Amino acid sequence: MVSEQPEERLVADVLVIGGGPAGAWAAWSAASHGARTVLADKGYLGTSGATAPGGTGFLYVEPDKEKREKAVADRLKSGGYLSEEPWIYRLMEQAYLNIQLVEQWGYRFPLDENGNLYKAHMQGPEYMELMRRVVKKAGVTILDQHPALELLTDEHGVGGARGVNRLSGKSWEVRAHSVILATGGCAFLSKGLGCNVQTGDGQLMAAELGVEMSGMEFSRQYATTAAFGTVTRNRVLGFASFYDEAGNVIHEGGPRQDHFFAVHLHKGPVYAMLTHGNTPEKQAIIRASTPLWFVPFDRAGIDPFTQKFPIKMRYEGTIRGTGGIRLVGDYCSTTVPGLFAAGDAASREKTAGARSGGGAYNASWAIASGTWSGKGAAEHALAHGKSADHRDLRPAGRYGLRHTAESAESIPVREVVKAVQNEMFPLGINYFRSEPIIAASLERLHKQWPLVRGGVGSSATARVQAREAAAMVVNARWMYSAALIRKETRGMHTMAEYPELDEAMSSRLLLSGIGDIRHRWEDVPRSYGSITPAVVVKERQSV
Amino acid sequence: MIELVSEDRCIQCGLCVKVCPTNVFDTNEDGLPVIARQEDCQTCYMCEAYCPVDALFVAHHADEKVAVTEQDLIDRDLLGSWRAIIGFGSRGKVSMAANDTTPILRQARSGIARGE
Ligand SMILES: Cc1cc2nc3c(=O)[nH]c(=O)nc-3n(C[C@H](O)[C@H](O)[C@H](O)COP(=O)(O)OP(=O)(O)OC[C@H]3O[C@@H](n4cnc5c(N)ncnc54)[C@H](O)[C@@H]3O)c2cc1C
Ligand code: SF4
Ligand code: SF4
Repeated sequence: MVSEQPEERLVADVLVIGGGPAGAWAAWSAASHGARTVLADKGYLGTSGATAPGGTGFLYVEPDKEKREKAVADRLKSGGYLSEEPWIYRLMEQAYLNIQLVEQWGYRFPLDENGNLYKAHMQGPEYMELMRRVVKKAGVTILDQHPALELLTDEHGVGGARGVNRLSGKSWEVRAHSVILATGGCAFLSKGLGCNVQTGDGQLMAAELGVEMSGMEFSRQYATTAAFGTVTRNRVLGFASFYDEAGNVIHEGGPRQDHFFAVHLHKGPVYAMLTHGNTPEKQAIIRASTPLWFVPFDRAGIDPFTQKFPIKMRYEGTIRGTGGIRLVGDYCSTTVPGLFAAGDAASREKTAGARSGGGAYNASWAIASGTWSGKGAAEHALAHGKSADHRDLRPAGRYGLRHTAESAESIPVREVVKAVQNEMFPLGINYFRSEPIIAASLERLHKQWPLVRGGVGSSATARVQAREAAAMVVNARWMYSAALIRKETRGMHTMAEYPELDEAMSSRLLLSGIGDIRHRWEDVPRSYGSITPAVVVKERQSV
Repeated sequence: MIELVSEDRCIQCGLCVKVCPTNVFDTNEDGLPVIARQEDCQTCYMCEAYCPVDALFVAHHADEKVAVTEQDLIDRDLLGSWRAIIGFGSRGKVSMAANDTTPILRQARSGIARGE
């Protein structure tokens, strides 16, 4: 089938795909650097993505030499020595500067016990509502409910994207010399909080242009929630005691052993109760720190301070992992001219290494990589004389699309998604990784691949969901392919047969290809000393 | 999952249709939002947060339907309860951000390790 001519057309300098924090900062930065910028989100800039419904902690370290040196040393170690010192310093400085802007723009940071503003945490709904206003004020055209389905390309690199307007069903096309992929990670529709819009679409789009993925093995992340709910903000459970099916206490609170939840949930049901929220004062503090956590309980009529509730783990894939699109330049460029990536869609190994855990790194990376990619993308686009409208661009998508279908039979989207989830969600496969089990699972995943080359219905929902299914199958195959190649335990990646870190593998693992997946190793750059300066944007008004 | 659109309260502003990240709603001929793809709901509570007249209700269960009646939700003071906590629509009088107790959460937790 020939691809249809899009009904909505726009021309810009920079197109940002994705409107979570990374996309918002990218669009703001691109526009602030003088680029005509369009941002297209699958959902809505303000509500969509992993940050918006909940909230995140940030790496917020004062420009104090000792404090920052310590933070860098800590991270190099916990990141399994795959991160780069100059990038961590740069991240810290950029996040620090931008959080000052957020304050200037009117985010109401609370006071700490010494009466100082506490800026290492933001509540998602207010943060992202503010970012929407900032992005608008910067002059960016926001296209909500406009999922991108594929990139446009010619011999000079990327040149825009096409997608569908989910509300009108119309196709859209935005031509732009620079495209920033900020579509988030891939969590396979696990219903973790805010995680069902991130299906790895950007990673697939990048790979279709020949860009490599890096660190896909660092994707072993689950989060704990009430079994019935979606609110995966773990910190509240720091106040809980845990029980087995028979009501025996298995943990009384305080620091938990590594793998505590997985080990026990793998054996059978686990219940929790917030026994350490044992005074009205403490209860009020816990509630006000993470109000959304209590919403489902209040609605279910359960008092988590005095009643036991079952818990479960929801898979988060690469969202609180670190793998994704491989970056090559200081401003988050990829190997394809004009193509940039930011936030969870990109590999975060340069700063986080092999583990994002401990919080703060990913949310700060979204701010910093967004800001950097916006500058890089604006400069790339503005160096062109003519607008992207003059380019002879063709759509680059190859899988899960109407115009690329190789058989008349429709893609069985629900079945494919279920089959992928059956391989990615079980703790027995993905958490307790071992060679034969992952290898067998990967074989089954490969069998799903031919299915996503089938036909696609004409409705917007059918088009989006078919493409998502294709992206999820590819991301799953990348993850387990990488897991089998990294025969060691490092950061969040473990392999039962190789329980130790292997010095010889202190390199990044790059994957290329979609149908056939190939790999190569890349040395971690060890060039200490030169730190690319943070991007400073002079802001005058509040929003 | 989303369980209720109150026809009584809805002023057909279209916001919920626009803000839902997973495109759960359609708009019917009368301009009312309808829950068209409940199975795609990710139970993120964002539609509720944005509805200006507290006409929506997202139940606690992520995977199963929960039967609700509007009167019961009103009686239990649940309609609009999430929006009230965030402070959206309070013209700045309430702010979840300003009330954030994260900076003292650690203090509240001290003592647990010692078994208090
Ligand atoms: C419950 C939870 C708690 C967390 N807590 C912390 C924390 O304390 N500290 C920390 O550092 N990190 C934390 N994280 C991680 C943090 O939320 C993410 O790193 C951050 O949201 C990444 O921002 P992003 O913009 O890259 O992606 P997202 O916020 O996920 O946004 C991606 C956006 O892309 C859009 N999109 C997807 N596909 C397409 C497409 N095809 N076309 C157009 N748009 C598309 C989506 O609609 C979405 O708006 C947490 C994550 C979760 C889930
Ligand atoms: S809870 Fe979230 S996903 Fe469900 S309908 Fe509301 S906005 Fe949409
Ligand atoms: S946001 Fe509320 S008032 Fe507006 S259309 Fe939706 S239900 Fe109706």
